[in-house]
Order: sequence, then structure tokens, then C-alpha cells
Amino acid sequence: MITELGHFALILALCVAVAQSVIPLIGASRGQAGLMDVGRSAALVQFLLIAMAMGALIHAYVVSDFSVINVAQNSHTDKPLFYKVTGVWGNHEGSMLLWVFMLALCSAAVATFSGNLPPDLRARVLSVQGMISVGFLAFILLTSNPFLRTWPAPENGQGLNPVLQDPGLAFHPPFLYLGYVGFSVAFSFSVAALIEGRVDAAWGRWVRPWSLASWCFLTIGIALGSWWAYYTLGWGGWWFWDPVENASLMPWIVGTALIHSAIVVERRETLRSWTILLAIVTFSLSLVGTFLVRSGVLSSVHAFAVDPRRGAFILGLLVVAIGGSLTLYAFRAPALKGGGLFAPVSREGALLLNNILLATCAATVFLGTLYPLFLDAVNGPKISVGAPFFNRTFVPLMVPVLVAMAVGPLLAWKRGDLLAAMQRLWVAFAAAVILVLAVLYATSGGPVMAILGLGLALWTALGVLAEWAERVKLFRVTPAQSWKRAVHLPRAAMGMTLAHLGIAITVAGISAQAFQQEFLGMVQVGTNFPLASYMLHLDKVERVQGPNYIADEASIEVWKDGHLVATQHPQRRYFKLQDQTTGETAIRSGLVSDLYLALGDPDESGAWTVRAYWKPMVSWIWLGGLVMAFGGMVSLSDRRWRVGVATKRQAAMPQLAAGE
Amino acid sequence: MRKLIYALPVLLFATLAGYFILALQPGYDPRALPSVMIDKPAPAFKLAGLKDDGISLEGFKGHPVVINFFASWCVPCREEHPLLMRLAEKEKIPLYGIDYKDRPEDATRLLAQFGNPYRSVGLDQDGRAGLDFGVYGVPETYVIDGTGRIRKKFTGPMTAKQVEQELLPILKQLSGGV
Repeated sequence: MITELGHFALILALCVAVAQSVIPLIGASRGQAGLMDVGRSAALVQFLLIAMAMGALIHAYVVSDFSVINVAQNSHTDKPLFYKVTGVWGNHEGSMLLWVFMLALCSAAVATFSGNLPPDLRARVLSVQGMISVGFLAFILLTSNPFLRTWPAPENGQGLNPVLQDPGLAFHPPFLYLGYVGFSVAFSFSVAALIEGRVDAAWGRWVRPWSLASWCFLTIGIALGSWWAYYTLGWGGWWFWDPVENASLMPWIVGTALIHSAIVVERRETLRSWTILLAIVTFSLSLVGTFLVRSGVLSSVHAFAVDPRRGAFILGLLVVAIGGSLTLYAFRAPALKGGGLFAPVSREGALLLNNILLATCAATVFLGTLYPLFLDAVNGPKISVGAPFFNRTFVPLMVPVLVAMAVGPLLAWKRGDLLAAMQRLWVAFAAAVILVLAVLYATSGGPVMAILGLGLALWTALGVLAEWAERVKLFRVTPAQSWKRAVHLPRAAMGMTLAHLGIAITVAGISAQAFQQEFLGMVQVGTNFPLASYMLHLDKVERVQGPNYIADEASIEVWKDGHLVATQHPQRRYFKLQDQTTGETAIRSGLVSDLYLALGDPDESGAWTVRAYWKPMVSWIWLGGLVMAFGGMVSLSDRRWRVGVATKRQAAMPQLAAGE
Repeated sequence: MRKLIYALPVLLFATLAGYFILALQPGYDPRALPSVMIDKPAPAFKLAGLKDDGISLEGFKGHPVVINFFASWCVPCREEHPLLMRLAEKEKIPLYGIDYKDRPEDATRLLAQFGNPYRSVGLDQDGRAGLDFGVYGVPETYVIDGTGRIRKKFTGPMTAKQVEQELLPILKQLSGGV
């Protein structure tokens, strides 16, 4: 009964979405306030209906109603309650429902918090949001309906993929989807602006917080996914350049460019058509990402639905959404007026450089991800593009991004003084060079790229701190005055400092991985094996019974300088229902280094495969991601987003937060 | 002319959509790795060696061999490595490696650190041999019989189960039954 209510609510939501996409648009073109307001109420009603559908599906999972096909295929009575709930989005149908739920949440937020937006712009934005919703709701109801029943109901479910029974993965999709879907708002604003033919500072001020919030969620989502891969896959790797990982990285890179160029629109009212294009491309890449994963066009560990019919439907959606918006762009963008001029060496110039570099990075990843597909489509050989391609193209492209990141914020708007900016950074430069030389000396003949990476990370961090010190006049006024200045810095400026520091932290973590040490081999119970400065001792391997698996659990003692530091318990779990074996790694994590242990297959002599890694600073990779997202949120709390688009204040604004 | 620049994104997208339509042709299954190579003569190759004179298809004539494509940058290969070590030491299978798109010094370091399960390693730095074999991703393992035909292919790291149930039986059959 509840399931049917959910199904019904979803169908109603589709009807409401149709109304939301048509009526406000008509209202906006005729200037009828009543029709325009339909957008707001429709968005709220749609959100409630989809929330009901979502609740109904969760209910079916919690009570293990196996007459619902989706539940029977993906759940099991033995599953812990937590994974019954998260299993809702661990499959294709449920994850698509989560997708539209997030979309409805964003639309409802626009409807609620857009009191000071011009009514016609708001109506058009909500209408575009409604169109996207129509497409995806129709997709769910026609090709991927999670509410279909089967009779007679099977006695028990087929369970969830054991690899997916994990807290990291439970929260990875919601964050990722919030990020993906959040960019739909920037997209809708862009399409609405193209329809109106008007892009001003107010538009920039609206698009930027939305993009920034989505970007924060996407950052967390990607970091969670990477962390999950690290601790669960048992190879000690944290990024595999897997097509699905790339699908989330591409919108992140272009989204990063977008949140930077939106600053230029807001402050200087220039780079408008470029920013609009970025907003369209960011959301398009989110859609392409969904398409690649859902249609299984690229085979990958993530692709859990290989179904060309669904692929064809999503392709249709892509053609309408992306093709339509880009066509609109082709016709309307040339009419947009260019904004203020600026010298190549200026804040705008630096942001433009950032955009060009990031766009190139995204294009590189795009090419590397889709090239095998193109080759295959023309009946070429099947190949996969692996890490070597990305290491040779993506990594060198990131070098100028980091170099410029330290300099850019020190340049003035319109016309900057590169020499003066560089002079203020000489300390950072000298420190970076010294670090590079020191590490080179210490490791003589070590991995050069990694050492350069560490130097770059330091350069970036010190450059960011130098800019911050400049703002608070550190050492030039009394510490108390500096403190006061630091506390009263615009939140946007604090956010930038934090986010840029986050990048430096991540880059340092990535670079340090070149110094990891590993042990791989067969270990007899009761024997020792060395790793880095540790001596490890395989004490015993025992059989243990889990809720829906049996496991071999090893006890590995970690000795350092003759002292027992810890005893670690990596497991090898066997899930009988799925006849599948997964590894459960044991990681001793810290800021300095991680000790990573994974247990593999035994051989007939009683020896066990053990993989052990010593990974210096590996947690910095995800820590940096969190710092970036935190910086984004701090920037979101900036006063000027809350004071709204008071045009009278605009003249006073630039000085207030002059140096974002 | 200036207007054309604004139309560029939509034109690029049209090209892309065209490719997607091609890729979605009915009957196209991205997971079905080509099995056309099975029971066909293996592509001829002659590769410089990491430590010795190298390996070639010609040189393998007369007895079955197992060829494993690997690389130092490949994470799943490390997963597979202890298994290969065991196969080489305990089962004494005729295992040869092809180092795929890799630098020789990195491969040397890998084998020095974790042990060398291969009787000989050929270098495929430009990926040419991998292309001829249709290597989709490393690791990939091929069983080639004494007449130079590919008899079996494993994509991704082999599991202990696959080795027990598939690799060892076919090797036994090839070396005993011919």
C-alpha cells in the first residue's frame, strides 16, 4: 500500500513538473505575476511528492517487502538496518530516485530563498529546473521504476553487493549527487539569462553561491569516494583514473573554473558569456557522467546497469538538455555585451589563466576517458587509457595552476603589478627551492616529480599565507591589531585562503606517495616481515562469523624499535549468498603516515598472501579535500550573500571585500 | 566569424552525441571483451628483454606458455603478484611477462622488490604488442599453445579460483595431451 502511494506520488510529481516547466515560462514572457508564481508553489509541491516517493521506497527496504522487485534484487533480511536504508541508493533505480530527489530539493531551495530575485528571472529559472525534472522523472517511470511489484514474492532477497556494504559508500552517492545536481541551478540561471539576454552583477551574485555550494558537496563526494577506494579495495591506491571517477572529476574541474569566473562577472561584469558557457558545461558534464555510469557505455567497476534502452533514453535527455542549451548559447551569447577591459597582468587576467588551464585539464581527462570509446565506435581495437596517459598530461598541467595560484590573489583588479607581486613571494619561492634541494639531497636520485610536487605544495601554501599576512598586516602592526584584522576579514577572503591551503595539502599528500614502501608476499603464520621502520609479525589467522559472512581474521603485531605498537586485524570476508570474497583492510592512520594491511588468499602450505604498505602523509589527500570544502562553506557564509542584491549598495561593495 | 565561435560548443557536442549513438547500437556490449582472438594464432611479436635477449612468439614454438601483461604503475597487477610468484615457484608454470607501457627501470625496481615470477620479461614500451593482442587493461594473461595459438585469456587480476579451475587444467592438457 505504502509502495503504491510512493509510486502514485512519483507520477503526480511528473505532472507537477510539467506544469512547473511550462506555466512560469508563459507567465514570464507575458509579464503575468500570477502565472510566474506557479513556479514557486509547483517546486515546493514537487519536492514534497518526491520526498514521499523516497520515503515509501525506504519503507519497503526497511520492512523487507520482497514483492517489490527492486527490494528483492538488492536487499536481504540478514542485512543490518543501516545498509538496508543505504541500499536504497546502492542500485540503479534507487540512485536515480535519489538524483531527482536532490534536484527537487535544489528547486525548492531556489523557490524558498529567492525572495529578492527579479520575478521573471526566478520564474524562468524554476521553469528550466522543472524541465530537467520532467526528463529524469519520465526516465525513472518509463525505464527504471523502483516501485514495480512481482508475484509471488520471493522468500528472501538477493542481497546487496558486499563491496557496497560500507559506511564510506553509504554517504558517497548522496554528496556526489548533491554536487552534480546542485550545478543544475547554475545551469538554469544561465539558460534563463540567455532567454532574457541579460547578465549582470546580480546574476553573478546569484550563480556564485549556488555553484560554490555544489562544488563543496562534489568535493566531499569525490574525497569520500577516493577514501572508500583506498581503504576497501585493498590495493592501497586512492585514485584509479577509472571512467566513473573521471566522470565526477570533470564537473569538479570545470566547476572550479566556474566559481572563479563567476567572481569576475560579479565584480567586474566581464567574462559573461564565458561564465555562462562554463555553467552549461559543468552541468552537462554531470549529465554525461550520469549517462556514462548508467548506460554502461564504458565498462567499469561502478557501472551497475548495462542496459542500452536506458542509455538511449538518457542520450535523448542529453541531446535535448545540452544540445538545446548550447544551441541557445550559439544564438544568444553573441548579443551579450562585453564588460570592462583589463590588462593581461591583473586579477581578472589571473582568473582567466586559471580558467584556461582548468578547462584544458578537463579536456584532457575527457579525452582520456572517452578516447577508448571513440576508437571502439569506429571498430578500432579495444584499449583502455591508464594512469600513464593522465600522469603525462594532467599532472604537468596542474603545475602552472599551482604556480599561478600563489601569485593571482596578490594582483590588483584591472591592472596588476607582477613584479611587485613576485617580490612579495620571494620568501615562499626560496623556501620551496630549499625544500626541493633538501629532499633531493636526502633521497638523491629519488622520484623527481614527487619532490617537485612537494616544493610546489609548499610554494602554494606559503604564497597563500603571504597573501593572508599581507591582508592582516602581520608584523607591521601590533599582534592585537593583526588579530583584529584577521577576525574581521571578509568571509570570502578567509574561505579562499582555506580552500587554496586545502589544495596545497592535497598536492603534498599526493606527492608524498612516491615515497611509500610496500611488502607483498606469502607469509607463514608465526613469522615476521619488515616494512619501513616496522617489523610485522603474523600471529594467527582465525575464522570469525559475521552477520551475513564468514571471515578469516589475521592478527598482525606491529613492532617498532622492540616495542609492540599495535595489533591489527585485516580480514578476508566470504559472502556465501553472493559467492563473493571481499577484503577488509586494517589501517593505522595518522597525520604522518598510514600503515596499511590487507589479507589475501592462503595457499596449500598454510601461508597467507599479505599486502602491507607504509604510506607517508596519505591522509593529507582527503584532509585537503575537507579543508577545501570547509573553505567553500566559510566563503558561503560571507555577509554579502545574505544582504542580497541591494543595488544601492553595489558601489560600496568592491572596497568592502576588495581582495577576494 | 565571431558568431561561429559561439556555435563551436554545440557543434562539438553534436559530434560527441553522434559517437554516443554509435556506441549504443543494439548488440553492443561494452563488457564483452573480444573473444575473437581465442583459438586464433597469436600476433607475432619480438620484444627487447628487460634483463636478457628478450622474447618472441617464434621462440615459444613447441611448448605452451603463459604470457602476463603487467606494468609497474598498475595497481591490480600488485594484487596478482603473489599469486604469480606462487605459480612460478610451486607450479613451475612457463610464465613470461610483457612490461606494458612502462619504463624499464620502474619494472626492474618492481621485480627486485617483490620478486620476479617471470622466466623472461619483454619490453613493450610503446604498447605495440599490447595493441596487437587487444590488451584492454593490465593485468591480462594469455595461454598460448605450442603451435602459437591463443587458447585462453584472463582479463584483470587472476584469482586463486580461476587458477585452480581454469589455468592449471588447460596447461596440464596442453603439455600432456598434445
